[in-house]
Amino acid sequence: MADHEFPVDRTAILTFAAALGETNPIYWDEAYAKATPLGGVIAPPTFGVASAHWNPSHALRGVRRIPSAPERPQARRSESAGDGASLTRVLHGEQRFVYHQPIRAGMRLRVAARPGRSWEKEGKRGGKLRFSETVTEYRDERGELVVTATSVGIVTEKAVEG
Amino acid sequence: MSAKPKLRAADLAAGRTHEAVLVENLSRTQIVMYAGASGDFNPIHHDEIFATQVAGYPSVFAHGMLSMGLTGRLLTDWLGDGVLREFGVRFVRQVWPGDTLRGKATVTSVGPDGRVVLEIVTSNQRGEPVIAGDAVAMLPAD
Repeated sequence: MADHEFPVDRTAILTFAAALGETNPIYWDEAYAKATPLGGVIAPPTFGVASAHWNPSHALRGVRRIPSAPERPQARRSESAGDGASLTRVLHGEQRFVYHQPIRAGMRLRVAARPGRSWEKEGKRGGKLRFSETVTEYRDERGELVVTATSVGIVTEKAVEG
Repeated sequence: MSAKPKLRAADLAAGRTHEAVLVENLSRTQIVMYAGASGDFNPIHHDEIFATQVAGYPSVFAHGMLSMGLTGRLLTDWLGDGVLREFGVRFVRQVWPGDTLRGKATVTSVGPDGRVVLEIVTSNQRGEPVIAGDAVAMLPAD
């Protein structure tokens, strides 16, 4: 899990807000945003995930790989989810953000992720489930925390539908 | 022009709820927009052949983070911009193309300092929860 940069620009915020169906001008109208107490364009609360574009080890970047059909349950680390079998068995279980300050257009963030806890559980629908936490810290140019994100990935033995 | 009127903590009390439709008839196009914006190109969310024939799902399904992002809009539209201090969810059930999502936030406590704690549930058109979680916001105290 490499530490990497995440420059935040207005276009990235705009496309992210648009994908959420946002109509709030705080995400793109600079004149409006400057007149608010926030003083400028900010990003929606879940925008931190878009740092994936800048993460050189992000397994789900837009590089299409030919999947191989899974012959048996695969339990792989989510960072190595680069093959078809694991792509189909890695679910996002939980996500939490702690906000220390808003993510603002123009910020040059540094992103550092580290593994958190991991545990196993017998699931009703997906067979044995492996949970693993990733804790990601976003810091501004001065090294101050902006967002702390905790993600829980679940690797399942079989497809879970429900 | 100014920010839209912000809620004050004094306007809220435990038990107060806010509900909104977050998306109607979710399109594959919106899922693809989210893939592009978020950088999560797991084909299970946009490639129908991969999702059905390789992964064994009935169709592509939305990123959990799309549902969380839509639920974030429920909070910011109601509480204001830049006031969230914490926002966490569990992804309970998948969201499929064609789903209509409705979010509901319930105030669980309001502190004298303006700290508001909320419970959140987003449900599909069958009333089944798709995500459940909580949030903390800091609002002007009075």
